[in-house]
Amino acid sequence: MTHPPLYAQLINLGAAILLLLGFAMLSQRRVRTLIDLYAAQGLTLACGTAVVAYGTNQPHLYASTALTLALKVVLLPWLLHRLIRKLDVRWDVEGLINIPTTMLIGIVLVVFAFNLAVPISELASTVTRSTLGIAMATVLLSFLMMITRRKALPQVIGFLSMENGLFFAATSATYGMPMVVELGIALDVLVGMLILGVFFFQIREQFDSLDLKHLETLREDQEEQPGP
Amino acid sequence: MIELLGVLILPVAGAAVLAALGHRSRAPEINVATSGLTFLSAAALTARVMSQGPLLALDRLFFVDSFNVFLVALTALVGLTTALFSRPYMRIEQAHGRLSAGRLRLYHSMFQLFMATMLTALLTNNMGILWVAMEAATLTTVLLVSLYRTPASLEAAWKYFILCGVGIAQALFGTILLYFAAEKVLGAGGGALLWTELESVKTQLEPTVLSLAFVFLLVGYGTKVGLAPLHNWLPDAHAEGPTPVSAVLSGLLLNVALYAVVRCKVLVQGAVDTPVAARLMMGFGLLSVVLAAFLLSRQKDVKRLFAYSSIEHMGIVTFAFGMGGAVANFAALLHMTVHSLTKSAIFFAVGHATQKTGTQLVDGIRGLVTLSPVIGWGLALGTLAILGMPPFGVFASEFLILTTAMREQPWATPLLLGALGLAFAAVFSKVQPMVFGEATGRRLPHRPAMVPVFVHLGLVLMLGVWIPPQLAEWYRQAARLIG
Repeated sequence: MTHPPLYAQLINLGAAILLLLGFAMLSQRRVRTLIDLYAAQGLTLACGTAVVAYGTNQPHLYASTALTLALKVVLLPWLLHRLIRKLDVRWDVEGLINIPTTMLIGIVLVVFAFNLAVPISELASTVTRSTLGIAMATVLLSFLMMITRRKALPQVIGFLSMENGLFFAATSATYGMPMVVELGIALDVLVGMLILGVFFFQIREQFDSLDLKHLETLREDQEEQPGP
Repeated sequence: MIELLGVLILPVAGAAVLAALGHRSRAPEINVATSGLTFLSAAALTARVMSQGPLLALDRLFFVDSFNVFLVALTALVGLTTALFSRPYMRIEQAHGRLSAGRLRLYHSMFQLFMATMLTALLTNNMGILWVAMEAATLTTVLLVSLYRTPASLEAAWKYFILCGVGIAQALFGTILLYFAAEKVLGAGGGALLWTELESVKTQLEPTVLSLAFVFLLVGYGTKVGLAPLHNWLPDAHAEGPTPVSAVLSGLLLNVALYAVVRCKVLVQGAVDTPVAARLMMGFGLLSVVLAAFLLSRQKDVKRLFAYSSIEHMGIVTFAFGMGGAVANFAALLHMTVHSLTKSAIFFAVGHATQKTGTQLVDGIRGLVTLSPVIGWGLALGTLAILGMPPFGVFASEFLILTTAMREQPWATPLLLGALGLAFAAVFSKVQPMVFGEATGRRLPHRPAMVPVFVHLGLVLMLGVWIPPQLAEWYRQAARLIG
């Protein structure tokens, strides 16, 4: 039995790191560290994409590596750091999430994702197909993070990390989407982040905090007294 | 070609001009002019496609056929009438002190950008760009929903962003799977996501992957259509955003999202032998109709009431597309058109009614006919039209859908009929005292724009008694295309 080529092993290593980072984000309470973890996830993704590009000789993947580096490692984390500095929530620690239970649910989700990925990766002809399960697990873990978090910023980071997972899924199943689509997605993510930045200030102005419980009490009132 | 570019570029240019000009007092007129020019381009494009057949342009990136051309024309038309309506409406809001000039600038430029994203979504041939444009449509409307910056509107916008964001992420995964299946047949690269290419090889696409892809695409775009159980964002966004935004969300965005679903369905049913796509659409559609019908009677806010009615109608259309076949598709396309026209007309009337009475609560709005006969009758006629009263067009399309359902899916007919009856009772009993009854209200500082309402209702009435042969031919062609 021969060993898979070095680059394939590197990709698997990257995928494993991605999964670990997914769990780390799930359990991280500090907003600041969460942003750093998101940047690390972006970096792993960029490295993984570069290795795939080199190993399989797909030059267009270098472009998406550069895009990932610029957007997810530099620009978005910088924007997020600036945002929490301006909103003065840098040292925020989120309470009240039951980490052990969340982690256990996370493990169940990973198993589910691997099973879901089996029929697709069987059909795939890429060397990276074994990592499809991890990509889907990352998506599901980010989804779980969005559900369990009560504050606006962690929810958004969960959303961004879901996009990372989807990007990884595209890379491992098909060596990436066509360039024009990738550019469009990157543009959407960036514009979305900028709009959310504005939106956060609106929430802050109105409620003096970014805690989503304010948005929830309203939800219950709404049946009785809808807005003006 | 030039018409196509006009439709795509004019709204973007208008948005840039409106953003740069700021809160000049002429901004609403520029907004109307931009929408007017867009509509003219759309009309020219329609005329061209009518005479010369389908059009592929710009390196196959854009594609116009009989299915999307009528939606483009409809979108541009409702965009224009909404711009006309929002001119006095937003001025009254400003005079009532609910909006500052700076927010109006945001409103005008975002409105044009929103039109641009929807027209791009309709015209693009690339399933990936379709996704990008749908996501951009969400992003442009988030700040519009929160325009009033009230706690409730912020909540609605947040919910809208998160729910539609998660939904649209599912659709992205579906698109990745679609590309994954297509790449095997068409080879890697941009060509493998072009709808025209996919359509020509749809029978060779891997069925398991495509059925899985359709589940994700339906859930993803279905969230934006407002299909139950993913409809939670819709009533909030409609009720808390400014009324012109509610009108375009209901009248246009839901249609565009449904258009995306139908495009995907065409590919999937070509690749998969079992009617999995049809069954899923019928199921989701029926669930939405029934759920919305039950929730309608519980609504106390008039805009929420009509938002739930949009969910109900989108459910009907989704069900009809799910049934498939020439008649059901024809009826679904007709229903999309008349629902879009009627619902935006209702929102225009409701918008002025809430300004007149100073409340959005059903209990607070009374005696519209005595306050202002045009608003009162506009709302009354619009409500009768949306409830499917003959001779309006909604009656014709619902009648066609119901008779087809009786023949092909008899099990669903009692559910549909029951839900329609329930919806009728709920909406009629709420709107009747709003229109008639004791009057309380105030004078408006600007003349309300009721012309768009009656133009829309006139068109719906016309479609109910006489569909122009050219339009009927389009519907037929599109219905064949959808299969």
